[in-house]
Formats: sequence, structure tokens, C-alpha cells
Amino acid sequence: MAELRQPIESGVPDHVQYLHPVMKKNYGNWKYHDRPRPGVLHHVAKSGDEVWTVKAGTARQMDVYTIRTLCDIADQFAEGHIRFTVRSNIEYMVSEASKVDPLIKALNDKGFPVGGTGNSVSMIAHTQGWLHCDIPGTDASGAVKALMDDLHEEFIKEEMPHRVKLTTSCCEINCGGQGDIAIIIQHTKPPKINHDLVANACERPTVVARCPVAAIRPALVNGKPSLEVDEKKCICCGACFPPCPPMQINDPEHSKFAIWVGGKNSNARSKPTFHKLVASGIPNNPPRWPEVSAIVKQILSAYKEDARDWERISDWIDRIGWPRFFEKTGLPFTKYLIDDWRGSRNSLNASTYIRF
Amino acid sequence: MAKKMHDTPMLDQLESGPWPSFVTGLKRLAKDNDMMVDLMGQLEHSYKTKKGYWKGGTVGVFGYGGGIIPRFTELKDENEKPIFPDAAEFHTLRIQPPAGMHYNTDVMRKFCDIWEKHGSGLIAFHGQSGDIMFQGASTANVQPAFDELNELGFDLGGAGPAVRTSMSCVGAARCEQSCYDEARALRTVVNNFLDEMHRPALPYKFKFKFSGCPNDCVNSIQRADMAVIGTWRDNIQTDEVLAKQWFAKHGMDELVNNVISRCPTNAISLKETAKVSKGEGISSVALNDTHSVEITNHDCVRCMHCINVMTGALAPGNDKGATILMGGKRTLKIGDLMGTVIIPFMKLESDEDYEALIDLGGRAIDFFAENALEHERTGEMIERIGLVNFLEGMGIDVDPNMVSHPRTNPYVRMDGWDEEVAKIEQKKANAA
Repeated sequence: MAELRQPIESGVPDHVQYLHPVMKKNYGNWKYHDRPRPGVLHHVAKSGDEVWTVKAGTARQMDVYTIRTLCDIADQFAEGHIRFTVRSNIEYMVSEASKVDPLIKALNDKGFPVGGTGNSVSMIAHTQGWLHCDIPGTDASGAVKALMDDLHEEFIKEEMPHRVKLTTSCCEINCGGQGDIAIIIQHTKPPKINHDLVANACERPTVVARCPVAAIRPALVNGKPSLEVDEKKCICCGACFPPCPPMQINDPEHSKFAIWVGGKNSNARSKPTFHKLVASGIPNNPPRWPEVSAIVKQILSAYKEDARDWERISDWIDRIGWPRFFEKTGLPFTKYLIDDWRGSRNSLNASTYIRF
Repeated sequence: MAKKMHDTPMLDQLESGPWPSFVTGLKRLAKDNDMMVDLMGQLEHSYKTKKGYWKGGTVGVFGYGGGIIPRFTELKDENEKPIFPDAAEFHTLRIQPPAGMHYNTDVMRKFCDIWEKHGSGLIAFHGQSGDIMFQGASTANVQPAFDELNELGFDLGGAGPAVRTSMSCVGAARCEQSCYDEARALRTVVNNFLDEMHRPALPYKFKFKFSGCPNDCVNSIQRADMAVIGTWRDNIQTDEVLAKQWFAKHGMDELVNNVISRCPTNAISLKETAKVSKGEGISSVALNDTHSVEITNHDCVRCMHCINVMTGALAPGNDKGATILMGGKRTLKIGDLMGTVIIPFMKLESDEDYEALIDLGGRAIDFFAENALEHERTGEMIERIGLVNFLEGMGIDVDPNMVSHPRTNPYVRMDGWDEEVAKIEQKKANAA
């Protein structure tokens, strides 16, 4: 056997070697920016140097041919440097305004939408889904592709009241994260347990400890050591499934989509907020999940029509109140939307603040 | 030429429409790659049955305990043979990107060549923790693929109960709101904890994230066990030329409705220029010949809104640094938690400042390693033991910036009150 190669434990590579020269030169010394058109940022350094950034949407999961096409565009129409945003948009930097339009044309010609800046709906932060995850309730790339097809116009324009960040997640762990609108699988039935496999596949005390509501206990089933779930207590979160795959939580029919709104990471205007549950029971319907798109568009259309400049979805709801949010979006306010988890009384209206 | 494609009528429906299609990409790869042919077969099957078919396992590279996400197919026939054998192993290499996710085309093309040779040809830029995800390698090809990427200057990221790959915003490289060198902070901090990343031995994951200002473009407050968010202590800077340009373009309505009335602490007012206050803690800038905006900086909470609207005309101060928050995480197990303030302000300029940041990260990881329960995140641990116990363990003094408001109930044993007051008085006296 050949000698094994020791890894070079180099960690995070030096970013400076990959910086666009204008960015390297003016590192830490930028003055202001503006947006000449949707999809384009124009940054001016204190030195007077300028850089134009053209932002385009990608599929995130990309084949090497697509990546090479993006590189060809960078070499022919930009200056050989790119970066990615946390939402998987690609950014090209150029040092002359005259390079912007040909670059946009080259991107559009190859099918990459230019946008995602300012008051647009940017690319959806998403996860792996059926393509690569071991516990997914649905797909990620497909649901995102279908939804971004529908929201394409809102990506390439800046016509929203403020920026809109979307996320999707294929289980309740919520890897997609907080969003103005977050689309997350919500299981509605307790796990189905394959008692033949539990003893060999699961460390039972770990699984018991993982349950947020202490609904799981060790049990002997058909003479085999297994686990049982108190189905009255079970909140169907799926936390037991990763440490114990025989506790199957994903259900083709009963695992539904839920939609949450008003998550905001920025501190601007108000403290960061978590998204709130506003709709559920939406079918997991590949390949294009039209029922999800319909509700997302319903919410976005109410927001677009009613929110004022600089109001994120959370700011808008803070102003108009939840009753009018449900009225304007047409979504039903059900008893399931009233929180009963720890700290839930903080979410109740302890005032006479009621809008009429 | 690869083997014959499986029929994929459902995936085919994801090729139409204006957004770039990952299915078209998969099909292009499948022309020359049997693994992608079968990957598409399995994915189509998932679309039909609405179920996932991957299970984890143990695959790694020599010298490391984590960083590879192993995936083995669970779709097998009655004889336990994989139905899609060429995609029966489909592992991911998590590779740490440079901070800010900057690349040149040369290195991108090298990624492609390496992954075409050893893997499926599918790469995700980037995963939710920030990794470049090289998706789809057989067990045998994981090591050679890693060796080539490693020789190119890249290293595996985190997986499992370990320090994870980190992210920073574009920051100082291109943003005027940047309050510290985010990329330097990321690289310095993470590269000091590579042992904790590559050899997972913590109770659960530990994530650092670095945002250059309170706009928090990498979502650190909700996603990081330790969030480093840029801020400043002195006055908001102003630029009269840009302020007048902004006002000429946007006018009084937008100034009042979009800037002044949206300040969360009413720290901005519109004043006749002649009546603008003078003195420490006041910033002001003229908008036209008669009127100015005036900012009472001691009331300002550095939310960024006015600076976002009037970029350049208003700007972060000069005495910059960062606020450190700890304990952010997402849903499971106890529900979403925001990070909370642990260090209200620290400078991040000198080498010593960055050393102090590493030291803080190290103390947080050590305390977490010793005190968290298995599969408990930092935020859950703080919730279980209380912030004060966490601070005492970390050797950090309490500060009113750490709370939204003081306690609203009397359910606490307080017979140590006088001693605590005496300690605080002593510290004040020592500092004087």
C-alpha cells in the first residue's frame, strides 16, 4: 500500500490573491455606492477609484460546463474575477462603466438573469433536498427553480418596497434560515417506526434525549428493544429521525409545506426578527410545487401593493398589524398559529392596541 | 459517451422557464458520466415517490475526522443490489472558500478540472455554512480529489460536532459600511481552530460568522454561535456634498418619511441650519441652504437605516470595532434563538485586537466543550444554565448592554447583592 498523504492543514485560503485589483487597492477605503440600474452596483472609493458590479442569478448546484461558461464570460467581458454572495448569486467586477452593458448582454445571452440588487426578490437561500440530504422531506433545487421561474421578473427589477429575502428548507431544522418569506416542510403525523431496525440502527438514549417534548421512551416491541412514541405528545418535528432513521418522519402525503413571514437579520430600523408561521397544509407537489408558488405570490403581491418605501415584510406588518396582514393576503388565521411553546405568552397581545 | 439516460419526465419539467436550470446542468454532465445518469435516475424516483434515498456513513480523508458528507443509496432491489449502481456512492467534499467568496477564473477552472476528473462534475457555490460543495464522488475518489484540491491551496471544512466553515460578507473589499477587516478576522479565527474543525470532538457544531456592520449580510445573529458584527463608538460621519446631492434628488418627503421618522430611537431631527446643536456627540450635515439633519449619537443604536438610505452622505464613525453576540441557532431542539450581546464593543485593528478575538473564541469553545450536553448548541446551553453562569465561566463582567431590560420577577436569591455592589464599586475605583 502506498504511503498515505498527510493533509496540508491550510484552513481558510488567503482571499487577497483572488481580489479584483481595484478592490485590493481600495480595501477598507470605500466612500459610497449607488445602483445605476437593477443588477448593477457602482462603488466609489475614497481614492476616487470606481468599480461596477454586475450580479446574476445561478442555479447554485452547477455543472462544470456552466461554471466554465461563467468563467468565459468573466475572461471575455469582465476582468477575470468573480465572487459569490451568500444567496449564490455570482458577481462580476469591472473597472470601467463601458464594460457593464456588454457584460449584461453576455450573461443574458447565456441565460443568466441579471438582478438581485436593491428592492428586488433575490435568489432563495436553500438546502440540498432529495439531491443529497439524508433526511429531506422534499427537494430544494427543484422547488427553488420553480419558484424563481415565477419570481424572475421581481429578480430582474427593483419594484418591491424593500429587499425581499426568501429561504426554503426541506425539514424543520430549517437549514435555509430566517427569511422575509421562508418555506419549510412541516410534518403532520408522528414518525412511523420500523421496530425491526431500531435496536441496530439507533443509540436509544440519544434518541430519547433528542425529543423536545419527551414523547419518546424505550420499549420492547415484539420481543425486540425499540422505542415508542406517545403520539398525543408528539409535535411531529422530526428531531428523532436524524439519529434514528427507522423513525421515518417523512411522509409523501402528510409532510406538508408551511410558510413563514417577517424574518429579518438586519438591525436596520428594528431589532432582528424571527419569521412567523402564517400558512400550512400546502401539499408537497413536485416537480413544480404550484401551490407553494401561489401563496408566496399572494403574500408578495399584498406586500408590494401596500408596504411603504424601506419597509421589509416585518416592518410592513408592524405598521398594519396581523389582522390586516391576514385580510390583505387572504390567508386564514387558524388556532395553530397561536404559539404554545416556551415563552409563548410574550407573543400574545398584552395591551389594548387593536387597529379598526 | 455515458450509458443510456433514464427517463426523467418530472425532472424534465424543470428545464423550462427563465431561471437557470440545474436539471439541464445534470443532463449535460450525464452525457459523459455514468454517475450522473444514475443520480438523475434516483432523483427522478424521489420526485415520483416524494421520498429521499440517501443514508450517511463513514467516509473520510487520511488525517481528518470530518469534512466529507458520505452518501450511500438506499434504493436497492430484492437482492440488496443498488437500483442505480453508478450513483450508489455520492459523497460531498466540503471545501472552505476564501473569506468573501472571491475567486479568479484560473482557480475556478482548476476546480472544474479536478472535479471532472475525480467526481461527478457538480459543484455548489455555496452551502448554507459557506462551503464549496463538491458533490458526487465515489468512496475511492474522495482521497485523490481532496489531495488535488488541498495541493491547490484549499482545505476541508467542518461537519458534525466541530467548528464549522465560516462566512463573512464582502466587507472591506467593496463596502463602505465595513467596520473591521472581516476577512482577516474570519481567516485568523478559523485557522486557529482547525484542530476543532478537522477532528470533531465538541458536544455539537460551533459556528463563527463575520458581518462588517449591523446590516448583518451573512445572517450571523441568527446562525452563529459566535457572531462578530461591526459597529462604531464615535459619531456618524457626514459628507455635505453627498448630502446635498441626495436631498436634491430625493426631497423633503423622502427625508422625513424614509429617514427621520424611521430612526428607531428618534436620534435624528431636521433643523434649521442656524439652530443646529454643537458639541460632543452631535453630527450634523446641511441638506440645502437652510436645513440640516442633526444626529444625537449617544441615542443612536447603530441600526444602519439612515446610513443605508443616505449612503456616503452619512457613514459609520471612525472609532470602529465589533459587537460580539453568542448563542444564535435555528430550530431544533428548543426553538430558534438569536445571539445575545456578550461583548458590547471591542476594537479590531491591531494584531493584539485580533489575538483578543481568537482568545474569546477559544474561551467560548472551551466552555462549550466542557459544559454543553451532547447535541446542545451554545445558545441552548446558555438558556439552560443562565447568562450569568456563562459569563462567570467566561470571565466576562455583566453589562446592561446584554439585556433588553432587567428582570421582571423577584424569583431570585439575592443575598450576595452587597458583595456584588462592593465588587462593582471596587472596579470603578480601580479604573479611576
